[in-house]
Amino acid sequence: MAYEPVLTKFVKEPNCYTLDFYKAKDLGYEALRKAVTTMQPNDVIEMVKASGLRGRGGAGFPTGLKWQFVLKDTPKPKYICCNADESEPGTFKDHLLMERNPHLLIEGCAIGCYAIGAKVAYIYIRGEFYHVQKVLEQQIEEAYRAGFLGKNIFGSGFDCDVFVHRGAGAYEAGEETALIESLEGKRAQPRIKPPFPAVSGLYNCPSAVNNVETLANVPLIISKGVEWFTSLGPEKNNGPKLYCVSGHVKNPGVFEATMDVSLKELILGDQYAGGMKDGRTLKAVIPGGSSTPVLLPDQIDIPASFDAVAKAGSMLGSAAIMAVDDTTCMVWLAKNLLAFYRHESCGKCTPCREGADWLLKLLTRIEAGEGQMKDIDLLLDVSKNIGGKTLCPFGDAEIAPVLSTIKHFRHEYEAHVREGCCTIPAPWRGTRAPALAGHH
Amino acid sequence: MSFHARMDYSPAKFHKSERRLADVGEPFRFSPEHQATFDRLVTHYPAERRKSAILYALYLVQEQQGYVSRAAMRFVAEQIGCTPAEVEDVVTYYVMFFQKPVGTYALAVCRTLSCALAGAERVTEALSDHLGVPVGGTDASGTFTLLEFECLGACDRAPVVMVNNDHWHEHLTPDGVPKFIEDLRVKGLAALTGCHHKVE
Ligand SMILES: Cc1cc2nc3c(=O)[nH]c(=O)nc-3n(C[C@H](O)[C@H](O)[C@H](O)COP(=O)(O)O)c2cc1C
Ligand code: FES
Repeated sequence: MAYEPVLTKFVKEPNCYTLDFYKAKDLGYEALRKAVTTMQPNDVIEMVKASGLRGRGGAGFPTGLKWQFVLKDTPKPKYICCNADESEPGTFKDHLLMERNPHLLIEGCAIGCYAIGAKVAYIYIRGEFYHVQKVLEQQIEEAYRAGFLGKNIFGSGFDCDVFVHRGAGAYEAGEETALIESLEGKRAQPRIKPPFPAVSGLYNCPSAVNNVETLANVPLIISKGVEWFTSLGPEKNNGPKLYCVSGHVKNPGVFEATMDVSLKELILGDQYAGGMKDGRTLKAVIPGGSSTPVLLPDQIDIPASFDAVAKAGSMLGSAAIMAVDDTTCMVWLAKNLLAFYRHESCGKCTPCREGADWLLKLLTRIEAGEGQMKDIDLLLDVSKNIGGKTLCPFGDAEIAPVLSTIKHFRHEYEAHVREGCCTIPAPWRGTRAPALAGHH
Repeated sequence: MSFHARMDYSPAKFHKSERRLADVGEPFRFSPEHQATFDRLVTHYPAERRKSAILYALYLVQEQQGYVSRAAMRFVAEQIGCTPAEVEDVVTYYVMFFQKPVGTYALAVCRTLSCALAGAERVTEALSDHLGVPVGGTDASGTFTLLEFECLGACDRAPVVMVNNDHWHEHLTPDGVPKFIEDLRVKGLAALTGCHHKVE
């Protein structure tokens, strides 16, 4: 049975982002009406819990539980912070969702506010998505005008404001406590946890940080029911899911499926990314964004679900699948990603800040053919002193490309040292040695 | 024993009045429209949390004068009700704020994995050669500044270039660079493809 998309069903139709379209063809804020006029906030939380919806931002934490943890007995205001930072390399699903189906997110934000007792939701959108922000703001205005946001929504006495907050280019702003810091007008650096945002988040008030795609699923659950949601995909990995496939594939893009689709189908299947470009062969796969360990082609015949990818030794993360072909040098790949982590490390924790710099230096040296055999073990040793030693998971993220490429492709590292040069120089790569100093 | 070099701290050499203060440049004020926009955006946050609007204030500064000068940081500090140091702290952290003037078009080429796999390294080299500037530099005519950015969140349209923080161009190839630059010169931002989902 072919799966019919619900998140991205209409994205190719010209006016799909407008309120009129959303009312005529999609949910049209009926889920919000149902929630605020016929359900108690706690019923909404129970329903989301029963659906088993797991966060789409990276960690896969159950959304209903997260909302339940938000402190109730407090005079303080509460907040929904929608994470639209979308900065994990390889991820571009929220981009599509916000640009082509913004009302689903706006409705999700309003229902989320109702559930946790918040009156304001901030959508923290990365600064680079200004073209998306304009669409979003315009549609939020439409929603206000139609009475779906603002005061006394559907005559229920429920008030809700949704504001867009523009970031300014920082990967770390995607981490939930760093996002809160950035919303407060500071550097995006993580906080010590606990307290978790559910207890003390934005402005030291109870808050829930939810990814765009997570919130977009909520109106669907309210409107189509828990049974519909749990009927999609494998147990504990239910519901519609967006996958971003990029790299050396014929047809890169966002694909909606349920989590029983396999990684292999997503990369090689004709209805998805369509296989490798120029008749080349698949060499390695990053299944969930640059922070997740690399998998080999013989490891990808597994469901692209949170649990199955974890079992294979990696993570589904933000479902950002990057496929590379046999022209790719894996030392170069690790070096490319470490340049990213070095540049984006927020600088708060020493192991992460200094470690990224050392890893990049070592990788640059090896890739240029100037490394020694012992540098490979040094990479492992430096990584060991970063993982688990930082306030946020950034430290674990930056060592993933190093550890997993050494694990699966140690022979390539050794070949660089032995031959004194890169052994797989591809025609699409640059010809000059990069300057090590980033503009940080 | 000290590890530090011996220094002569005699008042004759280092008198307080001779300390050079950083040049703050021309005084800065928002234009009336930008002031109105800022005053509206501040209301999105609780009254005692004006600092939340700092990024918006800095974007407005940059829209008005192309970069964020020290005088502008002082002005933003007054608007927000914080110290200039706190503003500088923010400006220096986020990559989308320029602390020095940039060209009419700031070209930010994505250099992260998916774009690099599609040839972004060569695109940057071609741009650098064509314009005669290294990454971070501005060409002699003051029209183009070449920058490298990290994943822009559009990896299916790789390689991607962001122009002036607000505008996008997708699928730029090394061979396409001369035409890309020429079109930008002639048609301005209208020459860019944008970055939107194809509507078939
Ligand atoms: C370094 C780092 C970057 C992150 N970037 C993002 C991001 O861009 N978007 C996102 O939704 N979550 C990101 N996350 C995950 C968030 O911390 C958080 O888990 C998520 O927003 C929670 O929402 P969810 O439960 O709906 O997934 C990032 C985490 C880390 C450690
Ligand atoms: S890698 Fe360039 S947009 Fe993601």
